[in-house]
Amino acid sequence: MAIEIEDIEVLLLTEAVYQRWGYDFRDYAPTSLKRRIRRCDELEKLLSISSLQEKILRDSDCMQRFLDQVSVNVTSMFRDPGLYRAFRATVVPLLKEQPSLRIWHAGCASGEEVYSIAILLHEEDLLGRTRIYATDLDQAVLERAKEGIYGLGLMKGYTENYQAAGGKAAFSEYYHAGHGHVVMRKDLSKNIVWARHNLVTDASFNEFNLILCRNVLIYFNARLQERAHRLFYQSLAEGGVLVLGRQETMRLTPHESHYRTLDGREKIFQRMI
Amino acid sequence: MSLHLVVMGASLGALEALRVLLPGLLEDFSSALIIVLHRDKEESGNLLPLLDTNCVLPIGFPVDKEPILAGRVYIAPPNYHLLIEGDHFAYSMDEPEDNARPSINVLFDSAAETYGANVTGIVLTGMLQDGARGLAAIHRHGGAAVVQTPHDALAPSMPLAALEAVPSAQVLTLVEIGKFLAKMTH
Repeated sequence: MAIEIEDIEVLLLTEAVYQRWGYDFRDYAPTSLKRRIRRCDELEKLLSISSLQEKILRDSDCMQRFLDQVSVNVTSMFRDPGLYRAFRATVVPLLKEQPSLRIWHAGCASGEEVYSIAILLHEEDLLGRTRIYATDLDQAVLERAKEGIYGLGLMKGYTENYQAAGGKAAFSEYYHAGHGHVVMRKDLSKNIVWARHNLVTDASFNEFNLILCRNVLIYFNARLQERAHRLFYQSLAEGGVLVLGRQETMRLTPHESHYRTLDGREKIFQRMI
Repeated sequence: MSLHLVVMGASLGALEALRVLLPGLLEDFSSALIIVLHRDKEESGNLLPLLDTNCVLPIGFPVDKEPILAGRVYIAPPNYHLLIEGDHFAYSMDEPEDNARPSINVLFDSAAETYGANVTGIVLTGMLQDGARGLAAIHRHGGAAVVQTPHDALAPSMPLAALEAVPSAQVLTLVEIGKFLAKMTH
């Protein structure tokens, strides 16, 4: 019985959040959403999801904390180094054919993977003719991404990732170390536009040569995934490339036949028609 | 939910245990077997070919939202939580639980909530205590709980923690668990 009541509470909470604040989690994949809502409930020291709803309706700080919990912002520099090696081999030659490049990084969270791709493009002499649109639904994480400040303690792991990703320089060339933190080099972000965009509710806003959206769609249900895939399809130039997360797929979507697979393991697809 | 799930978790000693269990599964296996192994994330590439060689059933990492089918073996890939969501799989990159991602507890909890009595949870060899809380959830929702005999396990702490959480669980050796699974047929 308790479980059924919680399912009702999740439905009501997501409706309340949408009506009050405009963030639409109603078509998120329910199992992991419920887990994150429960964790938020614990952090707020509340005993039920209904109590959380009452608090969120009236307290914008609580809503921001909810957003931090529910939109999963787990990321790191050169995460999945194999992707970057595959990217150099299969995507970079396609990008080099283009006189100018527009890239959309959807769901960029605190920006680590945006800086990673910027570094790769810099090393391939492509960054100068590129504009990267890095978007997220959460303004607070975008501000962090824009600052490009990360913990010094993370750099050892990131350096290993960078090397495994086929990096051509010393990773430390790309940041300035301070006390306990590093600041990413400003020239890397010269061509990055940080902007709010919600894949659930917002439309296509440009035509791109490359779209990266990794480990975002796993949080959506099938209907919402279909919407996002339509958005990506509409936003990609013919011959443009879509990069998804390791466990994400074009299979089971209506757009499967519009793409060819450039790298099956790293989930790199090219729009053919 | 008419489909029956066997969810299994193992850590240190997992590959050795699976080399004993998987060859015993035959084509008439009527459940879906879903396994979380704690692995170093860079080793994933080596994992599947190794398991595939001695399993007659289709075995692999499920893709996001893939429907769960009977007569198959699914392995949780490294670095993601694998969840059961109705008739399909779902993934999450939430923080590790008990230092584990994939987490046995996360898989077990989600299986228990959706499939209730149609779940059998099995905790095998491993360090620490992942799986204990999840096995208790399966037991609470009416599912069956099985734990590898601690002295039969390469690392007994996971079985011991699971038994503390579910004292009434069936305690079986690896060979007995193999026979137990072999009886799950059409």
